[in-house]
Amino acid sequence: MAEYLIKNGLVFDPVLGIKGDKADIAIKDGKIVETTALSNPKVIDATGKTVMAGGVDIHAHVAGPKVNVGRNFRPEDKLFNCTAGHGIERMQGGFSVPTTIRTGYNYAHMGYTTVMEAAMPPLYARHTHEEMRDTPILDQGAYPVFGNNWFVLEYLKNHEIENTAAYIAWLLRATKGYAVKVVNPGGTEAWAWGLNCENVHDPVPYFDITPAQIIKGLIEANEYLGLPHSMHMHANNLGNPGNYTTTLDSFKLSEGIKPNSKFGRDQVMHHTHVQFHSYGGDSWANVESKATEIMDYVNSHDNITIDMGQVTLDETTTMTADGPFEHHLTELNHLKWANADVELETGSGVVPYVYSPNIKVCAIQWAIGLELGLLAKDPMRIFITTDHPNAGPFIRYPRVMKWLMSQEAREQQFDAFKHKDKVIDATNLAGIDRELDLYEIAQMTRAGPAKSLGLSHMYGGLAPGLEADVAVFDFNPNEPYAPDDIEKAFLNAEHLFKAGVQVVRDHEIASNGNKRTLWVNAKVNENPQVMRDVKEKFLRYYTVTLNNYEVSGHYLPNPYVIEVDATE
Amino acid sequence: MTRTVTDVICPFCGTLCDDLEVVVSDDGKELHEVYNACAIGAEKFLHSQAKDRITRPRMRQEDGSWKEISYDEAIEYTATMLAEAKKPLMYGWSSTNCEAQAVGSEIGEAVGAVMDNTATVCHGTSLIAVQDIGIPSCTLGEVKNRADRILFWGCNPAHAHPRHMSRYSIFPRGFFTGKGHTGRKMIVVDPRPTDTASMADIHLQIEQGRDYELLNALRVAFKGEKLPDVVAGIPKEKIYEAAETLKSGRFAIIFFGMGVTQSLGKNHNIDEAIAVTRDLNEYTKAAIMPMRGHYNVTGSGQVWGWQFGFPYAVDLSRGFARYNPGETTSNDLLRRDEVDAVFVLGSDPGAHFPFSSVKKIYNLPSVVIDPHETPTSEVCKVHVPVAFVGVEVGGCAYRMDNVPIETRKVVDAPEGMMTDEEFLKRVLGRVKEIKGV
Repeated sequence: MAEYLIKNGLVFDPVLGIKGDKADIAIKDGKIVETTALSNPKVIDATGKTVMAGGVDIHAHVAGPKVNVGRNFRPEDKLFNCTAGHGIERMQGGFSVPTTIRTGYNYAHMGYTTVMEAAMPPLYARHTHEEMRDTPILDQGAYPVFGNNWFVLEYLKNHEIENTAAYIAWLLRATKGYAVKVVNPGGTEAWAWGLNCENVHDPVPYFDITPAQIIKGLIEANEYLGLPHSMHMHANNLGNPGNYTTTLDSFKLSEGIKPNSKFGRDQVMHHTHVQFHSYGGDSWANVESKATEIMDYVNSHDNITIDMGQVTLDETTTMTADGPFEHHLTELNHLKWANADVELETGSGVVPYVYSPNIKVCAIQWAIGLELGLLAKDPMRIFITTDHPNAGPFIRYPRVMKWLMSQEAREQQFDAFKHKDKVIDATNLAGIDRELDLYEIAQMTRAGPAKSLGLSHMYGGLAPGLEADVAVFDFNPNEPYAPDDIEKAFLNAEHLFKAGVQVVRDHEIASNGNKRTLWVNAKVNENPQVMRDVKEKFLRYYTVTLNNYEVSGHYLPNPYVIEVDATE
Repeated sequence: MTRTVTDVICPFCGTLCDDLEVVVSDDGKELHEVYNACAIGAEKFLHSQAKDRITRPRMRQEDGSWKEISYDEAIEYTATMLAEAKKPLMYGWSSTNCEAQAVGSEIGEAVGAVMDNTATVCHGTSLIAVQDIGIPSCTLGEVKNRADRILFWGCNPAHAHPRHMSRYSIFPRGFFTGKGHTGRKMIVVDPRPTDTASMADIHLQIEQGRDYELLNALRVAFKGEKLPDVVAGIPKEKIYEAAETLKSGRFAIIFFGMGVTQSLGKNHNIDEAIAVTRDLNEYTKAAIMPMRGHYNVTGSGQVWGWQFGFPYAVDLSRGFARYNPGETTSNDLLRRDEVDAVFVLGSDPGAHFPFSSVKKIYNLPSVVIDPHETPTSEVCKVHVPVAFVGVEVGGCAYRMDNVPIETRKVVDAPEGMMTDEEFLKRVLGRVKEIKGV
């Protein structure tokens, strides 16, 4: 494998604590090494350029059944943006729900190398893995959803943490999944009857349990197992005015629980796309930002991490396992609606959406996301996402960086709003003059998410021993620049290395890489009761047999298994 | 001695039953018995054992007779035909696994083909409707466990999907449906008195081609508005009764088939059927699902979805994916003489396309990949028999509710036979050589 020396770059790396100083980064055998370990490297001159670790996306919907519904039911998403293949690049298409090929290439162009699929319906795990297999370059993992799973509901009704944990371990293995995802706990099960759970104490129909019990129980089961990532949470009541109280109620369920993981994370709950969960008011007429209240809580509780879910003011495609929310959304915008309820496990919906700068609520949502990022006291715990493609497509991350890094850019956007004054009244963003620097951006896009995922031993930094995922951007923060220069540079990495392979050279895709699929194999003590319950449920209520459920190895041609031992 | 392979997946229809038991000889070469399958599914397995099965590729001679050729020769002919064609049609893909479909699309990309599947003559209209209005749907287990109102529209599962009613829709007892069929109301909309219709609580014997009117009338009836005395040949009282039956359920599901997708109105019928389902969600929970025919037609739409963004009729001839049903669909291309070679795998257009299209195939360079002798093999220049997917080779397939299941190999293919995937991989390699990629 070729050796590389990236010389004289302006390095931003929270792991090494380098804040834009000139440094050399050495790559050998797929890892970062000391420069002295190289014998005959190819030299990349990065003088006057920004060097960072490969980006890590903790939450995006990039593979699986609902993503493919989004592709197939929106031919208009391919309008004017299909690209012919050339060289090693295959043909690509799509904007808000790009084809798998484009997904890999677009992330690579932004300097990202690891992306987590945020919601995998277990019964559709094969589909998710097939798409990830066909996504070039990126290391990926997928989070199976647990918050409406019948096994979980029945075990947690009686607070059976050990059984829940044994079931989680079994399902992660069967689906080759990475983490415990929870979406609208109880509410999606209720949606199977056309109902919902709007707050943490709403009873789940038939199951005699509340979202609060599900959330707390799954955190405890997650820590019982000591999984690399914490429980990954999408709370009840998403997207509704006044929902910040539900969010705070959900946060509070983590209080007093300490992380139990050998993977270096400090949190027991990652709450995703918090922008959608930070609304005050009681109707769309008086909706307002409660980002301050939310961030006051997050800043003072270090066992929580969050990501932004930043609205990017685009036409996009919303998709989530929060089935009732998508029905609510289609009633609101009267655009097409797809729904798919999944037996014993979950549900999902897909609806196109236009975040127009001429609509007051969209502009307020835009401001709330940025407030979360700018009010963060510890950028190692607040991450940049757009909940792709829900609040906007992932290719807007560099634009989000621009807004976070430049007050001028934010003012320009305010000036472009039709209801500028009302937006300023309903939010706090106009009063915030903080401008993040590239070190903080590296925390929010690299080191922070890698740590939260329990993957800081592999990703997120440039210390020797870590994976050689390195991005070089044609951007010099020490020279004068316009806000748009930030977006331009970070949308178009000059070089990118993935596990030591140069996948982007001079802004062009140079290799399809050797992508890996990460999954977690958790060992637990034998649990005959859970295995009996599994057999029973498959026999009576599933429509596939137990023996046809597990995803076989050939769906993961290049697996990376993280072993966890919870047998003690 | 024999051994029994359990949990076998049936590679016949979109029901994709996965509980078959197959008895095979100890050496894995002979297949003796198939249990749990319907008559059609069992025959699909047993047919692989036919003594007169064709096991080697063959090329048609000028006098119309066949000459046996080697797989190498067949690969050379196929690769050359595709590489030299300006705009080849690569049709079928519904009776093979996703692995083969993925290799096929790579070939299509390399040669600038039009990729189309059997949806083009069955549920293509449904796919268009979904692009118009979306689709509230669910997995078949939701039907089994919750549904108490089942509507079959323009389909006849008793014959076309024989185990559908017993596994998923009418008879099974699920978690919230402990009474099985006695707790369910069954409505059938069909102009014919089919075996399915004969079991229904309500049979709406609709006038042929009046689906849109009846669907629209149901939406009117949901709202309690006034209807004419008769709509689509059905007295209004019966329509109100059907509407009330649907609304009063806890969970309603509409299954629909080619009787409605291919009758007058086409995709507009499905638009309206989905609108009926959307409307029902105002009152109760409701879902709708197409009764997909081939066991993996759904899978080809999925594979092309993630690779190209479109579920069928994907035109790659300009180097990027285009999609415009009516223009990029197989029959339209054939009848306008827009394609100059035809490759068929995993379906039988000779049996299902209009005769005018079949004549075009007959006059073009053409290859069919199929374990069976079919009407298509009768009009193609080269016929390549392959191993049966789901019988002699495994691989992924998608059920009608989009649930992917990995089919199983139960017996060996006759010695020296290739699989779809192997054949396509060799063709891809050769195409790349010819194209200098």
